[in-house]
Amino acid sequence: MKTTTRQFKDNARTALADTGLQSALDKMETGFVVNRANAAARLPEFEALRDQGRDIKNHTLEHLDFYLETFEANVQKAGGHVHWAATPEDARQIILDICRSVDAKTVTKGKSMIAEEIGLNEFLEENDIAPIETDLGEYIIQLRNEPPSHIIAPAIHVLKEQVADAFHEAHTDLDPGRSLEEPQALLDEARAILRQKYLDADVGITGANFLIAETGSSVIVTNEGNGDLTQTLPKIHIAVASLEKVVPTLEDASALLRLLARSATGQEFSSYTTFSTGPRRPEDPDGPEQYHVVLLDNGRADLLGTEVREVLRCIRCGACMNHCPVYGAVGGHAYGWVYPGPIGSVLTPTLIGVEEARHLPNASTFCGRCEAVCPMRIPLPKLMRHYREKAHEEKLTPAAERAGLGLWAFAARRPGLYRWAAGLVIRVLGALGRRRGRFASLPFASGWTRYRDLPAPQGQTFQQQWAARNGRRGRGA
Amino acid sequence: MSSGRDAILARVRKSLARGPVDDGTRAELQARLSGHPRGIIPARSNRDHGAQVDLFVEMAEAVAATVDRVASPDGVPDAVGDYLAQHNLGADIRMAPDDWLESIDWTQRPTLAVTKGPSAGKDEVSVTAAFSAVAETGTLLLHSGPSSPTTLNFLPDNHVVVLRSSQVVGAYEDAWDQLRAAGAMPRAVNFITGPSRTGDIEQTIMLGAHGPRRLHIILVDDG
Repeated sequence: MKTTTRQFKDNARTALADTGLQSALDKMETGFVVNRANAAARLPEFEALRDQGRDIKNHTLEHLDFYLETFEANVQKAGGHVHWAATPEDARQIILDICRSVDAKTVTKGKSMIAEEIGLNEFLEENDIAPIETDLGEYIIQLRNEPPSHIIAPAIHVLKEQVADAFHEAHTDLDPGRSLEEPQALLDEARAILRQKYLDADVGITGANFLIAETGSSVIVTNEGNGDLTQTLPKIHIAVASLEKVVPTLEDASALLRLLARSATGQEFSSYTTFSTGPRRPEDPDGPEQYHVVLLDNGRADLLGTEVREVLRCIRCGACMNHCPVYGAVGGHAYGWVYPGPIGSVLTPTLIGVEEARHLPNASTFCGRCEAVCPMRIPLPKLMRHYREKAHEEKLTPAAERAGLGLWAFAARRPGLYRWAAGLVIRVLGALGRRRGRFASLPFASGWTRYRDLPAPQGQTFQQQWAARNGRRGRGA
Repeated sequence: MSSGRDAILARVRKSLARGPVDDGTRAELQARLSGHPRGIIPARSNRDHGAQVDLFVEMAEAVAATVDRVASPDGVPDAVGDYLAQHNLGADIRMAPDDWLESIDWTQRPTLAVTKGPSAGKDEVSVTAAFSAVAETGTLLLHSGPSSPTTLNFLPDNHVVVLRSSQVVGAYEDAWDQLRAAGAMPRAVNFITGPSRTGDIEQTIMLGAHGPRRLHIILVDDG
C-alpha cells in the first residue's frame, strides 16, 4: 500500500476538517469504550488475567525459537505445511506459488493485518488472481479502494450512505433503483454476493489471532463467520501470521481469548473462535485438502533484541486506538500505513523506519489511556518516547526543534541560570499580558498560538512556589 | 524455504543473546507443553453442574441464541418441528450423520424431511450435535469429523444444535481436557457463541453476517 506516514500532519489537518469522518468517529466513545468497561467490570478476574496474559507472552517470546520449531513440527505432523518468510516479498511469493499450483483464479480472504502489511491484494491482482475480502468492513473498503482505518473495524470511518454508494457502483447486475437506505439491506446484499464467492474460490487466505505450538493449530476469531467459510470451502487454506502469534498451549490461548474480545468490542466472547489443525482428514466429509501456514518475520526477530520488544505482546484488539484522543480526532488513515493509533505509533517506526514514521510517536498526548487499557500491559507511551528520543538522536527532527531543546538542556543543567531565566520570562510575560490575561500570538511560539491562546503567567514560577510552600510546611525538598 | 527458516531462527536467537535452548530448558518447556498448566479460571463457572447448565443458557441467550429445554431425546423431533413452524421454515433439514442424533426416532414427527451429510450451500436448516458446551460464555464446542461436517455450522441460515445437559462444562479448559481424552486434535474445532453478527456498518450490531442468522439450541435434560 501507499505510505503517507510522512504527511501525518497534513493528513491530520484534512481529517479534522472531514465532517463525515468526524461523525463516524464520534460513535467510538459510546460504543467500544463503554462496552469494554462493562465487560471488564463483569469479570472480577480481569486485571489478574491481564497480568497473566503479559506473562504468557513474555515466556513465549523468551523461548520463541523453541515454540516456533514445536509449532512447525506439529503442523507437519497434522499434514500441513509451514513456510518461513523473512520479508514481505518472500511471503507474497510463497502465497503466489501456492495459488498457482492449483491455477487459482479467485482467492477469498478473511481479515488479516499481516496480509495488509505485505500488500497482498495488490500483488495478487498484478498476477491475475482476484482477491476478494469477505469481512464486511474489509469488503466495503476494498470496493472503495482504500486501506483499513482500524485494526478490528476497518470501515469505521465510512458512513452507511457511502457504503450504499459503493454497492450501487460495484453490484451493477442488481436493480439500480433498489433501496439501500437501511444497514440491514446493505448487509443482506453483501451476504448474497459473497456467498457465491466463497463457493467459487480456489484458495482461502486468513490471518491468525494465535498459533498454538502444542497442537500446530492456527486460531481465528470472528463475529461474522466469514473466516470460517473462507478456510473451510476452498481446496486450499493458507493462514498468514507473524512470528509472535505463537503461544505454547490451548490453555494459554484460552487465557488470552478471555482478554481479546472483552478488550476489543466488549463482548464476552466473539461469535466464532476456530482452531484449525492440518488439512481435511481421510474420513472428513468437508474441509480444505491443503493447509499452509506462512510465518512472516519482517523485522520482528531483530526487534526481539531491542528496547521495544514489549510491542511483540500485542494481540491486535484495538483497545489502544479506541481509547486514544488523537486517534479519536483524526481516525486511522491519517497515520498513513497499516497500523494506526498508539500501537501503530510504535509498530510503524519499527517496521518501516523512524525517518518515515517520525511524526507518529509524537501523535500522542501521553495521557496514558492506551497503556491503561492494553490487555497485554504494553507500555505504549514509554515505547513512543523511545522513538522520540531516537528521532532526536538521529537528527531527524527539525533543526529549530533540536536547537530549542539544546538551549533548554543547557539551562536545565545550570539550576541557577534556569531559575533566573524562568523568573525573568514569568515577570516579563506577566507584565505584558496583565491587561488581556492571555496572548493570541508570541514570537517563537507560533506553533502553540496558532491553535489556542497562551494564558499569561501570574505570580511566581513553579520552583519559586514549591520552595515557598515547602518552607511554610517546614519540609526539606 | 529452509534457508529462510534457519536465518529467522538465527536472528531470534541472536536477539535473545543465546544459542538453541539448552537441554535442561528444553525439558522444562516440553514438560510445560505436555502438562499444559491451567491459568486463572474465572470463578463464575465454579458451581454445581445444574447451575453451570443454567449459566450456559443465560450466557447463550444473552448473545441472541435461543434455547429450548426438553426432558428427553424423544422430545427432540417435535422441538425441531416446532422451531421450523415458528419461523415459517420448510420441512427440510440437513442433519449431521451423528450416531446419537441417529438414535433418535425422527419418524415421531413425520413431516420432517431429513437428509444427512455436509452442506453445499443450499440448505436452509442444519441440525448438528455438539461435542460439549462451555458455561462461562454460553459457548458451544463442535469439531469436524465424519459425524460432524463443518459446513453445517456455517452455511445454512438456521443452525440447530442438539446438546445434552451432561455435556455442559464450566470453562474452556474443561472442554480441552475432554477433547484431549477423545484423541488427536480434530481438523477444525469451532467455538460458537451466538449467531453470526457484524458491527461493520456504523458500529450497529446486525445478526446474520455470513454465517447462520439464527442459532437455536435444543438442550436435552439427561441428568
